[in-house]
Amino acid sequence: MSVLGWVGTLGRRTRSMLVILGQIARFLGMLITRTGIVVKRPRLVVQQVHFIGNYSLVIIVVSGLFVGFVLGLQGYYTLNRYGAEEALGLLVALSLTRELGPVVTALLFAGRAGTSLTAEIGLMKAGEQLAAMEVMAVDPLRRVLAPRFLGGVIAMPILAAIFSMVGIMGGWFVGVVLIGIDTGAFWSQMQNGVDVFDDVLNGVIKSVVFGVAVTLIALFEGWQCRPTPEGVSRATTRTVVAGSLAVLGLDFVLTALMFS
Amino acid sequence: MAPRYNGAMSQSVSPDENALLSLNHVTLGYGDFTVLSDLSLTIHSGEVVAMMGGSGSGKTTIMRAATGQLAPQSGTVHVFGQSLSNISAQGLQAVRQRMGVLFQHGALFTDLNVFENVAFPLREHEPPTEAEITDKVMQTLDAVGLKAAAHLRVSEISGGMARRVALARAVVRAPELVFYDEPFAGLDPISMGIAARLIRRLSDRLGCASVLITHDVAESFEIADVVYLVGQGELKAHGTPASLADSTDPYVRQFLDGQPDGPVAFDYPVTPEFERWCQRKGLDR
Repeated sequence: MSVLGWVGTLGRRTRSMLVILGQIARFLGMLITRTGIVVKRPRLVVQQVHFIGNYSLVIIVVSGLFVGFVLGLQGYYTLNRYGAEEALGLLVALSLTRELGPVVTALLFAGRAGTSLTAEIGLMKAGEQLAAMEVMAVDPLRRVLAPRFLGGVIAMPILAAIFSMVGIMGGWFVGVVLIGIDTGAFWSQMQNGVDVFDDVLNGVIKSVVFGVAVTLIALFEGWQCRPTPEGVSRATTRTVVAGSLAVLGLDFVLTALMFS
Repeated sequence: MAPRYNGAMSQSVSPDENALLSLNHVTLGYGDFTVLSDLSLTIHSGEVVAMMGGSGSGKTTIMRAATGQLAPQSGTVHVFGQSLSNISAQGLQAVRQRMGVLFQHGALFTDLNVFENVAFPLREHEPPTEAEITDKVMQTLDAVGLKAAAHLRVSEISGGMARRVALARAVVRAPELVFYDEPFAGLDPISMGIAARLIRRLSDRLGCASVLITHDVAESFEIADVVYLVGQGELKAHGTPASLADSTDPYVRQFLDGQPDGPVAFDYPVTPEFERWCQRKGLDR
């Protein structure tokens, strides 16, 4: 292929990428303008928080626990070289609240709840359920998608908090119970070193941003997919790939802004 | 209700201000492919109208235009006296609230049970009390013979039962204009007869207009006031069932008698998209 051909291909891909970004931004606008449903029918949102959040609990808790175990082990071996193993609690807590909690939760969320949302919306589209709603004068964006969007955005920080909490307990179990670090030192170092605003709040902000990104991508993929089994399957795959990449990219940007 | 047509076989019908639905010289299609050209028809309250034609003749496309899901390529569509051409989103919502639609494949909500599916339109629009919803839903389910299936999930009922649930959902709000897309497909002979009589009874009782989009000649001719026959991209004939049954028009005869040979095209028409596909593949049409 000639240089001009490459440039042409690059231009086309850039243009199509910008078109998709524009469509996602418009889709986000359409969802935000319909979030008033939370006031009129809060039960729809509560149902989604339950569906998205509660059903993701097992994977979040188990993953958080094992991440905490590994952090405890790895942290101890590193800190031990410098005789600073009492700082294990601080290391585990900072790692989880600032980075691992929001990021790993969002990646798991994309795989568990994101794919479920995409498949659900895609299958509703394939089964003409969304078209049926439109013809019944029911706006599917307001009735179906907006509650799911809010449910995802609300569930994500709660899940990230649970992940971090369970992870800290995992780190405590390995460090204090198995290895024998002083329990008072473990907790007091954490208490002194973790700042509510700089560390915890920034972690919460991150998880809210990831919640918006992953839920938005999942719903957009379901809404835009071809209403066929193959179309739904591809959209589900795209949700995981695009959702995970968006989380990692946004994490870099947010970390640079918050902790630089 | 007495039929308003005397069996005339023309390609256009004069617009009527009292019509619930009127299509005036409408051309319908998808992209650059035209499905139906210069179609005109009017439907009044209390009428049962059968829209018939072969597969792919554009019957469902007419319904999509009438419900505002598809904009016509030319011509105007009026529903309840309002043109859909420049209607606002709120206006379209208001028009749709007065309609009911039975989708070809039911389009039932799979996460809801039978009762909740039928209750769905009631809950979404100015919901009455829970007791009123229950009464209305159970009455409607009783009318389609599925009162005792109210608790079942959609995955637990047969295809024929699902169509009856969809039928109940389409009429539960007593709409003024109801579209039934293939209402008899997948029904056993007994259910088919009951569904046909139910549609007729609803039209007579509620005074609503019913538009049946169907292939089924026997059941449709039994309950319809007017039959429209579309094919080859146009309205081929319209009139009362009796006038069409007596017709000597070769197109009408072939369709009603199910003869294999005649003017009714069996082959899917060549579209510009197909021509482009052939060109890309290097195929000679």
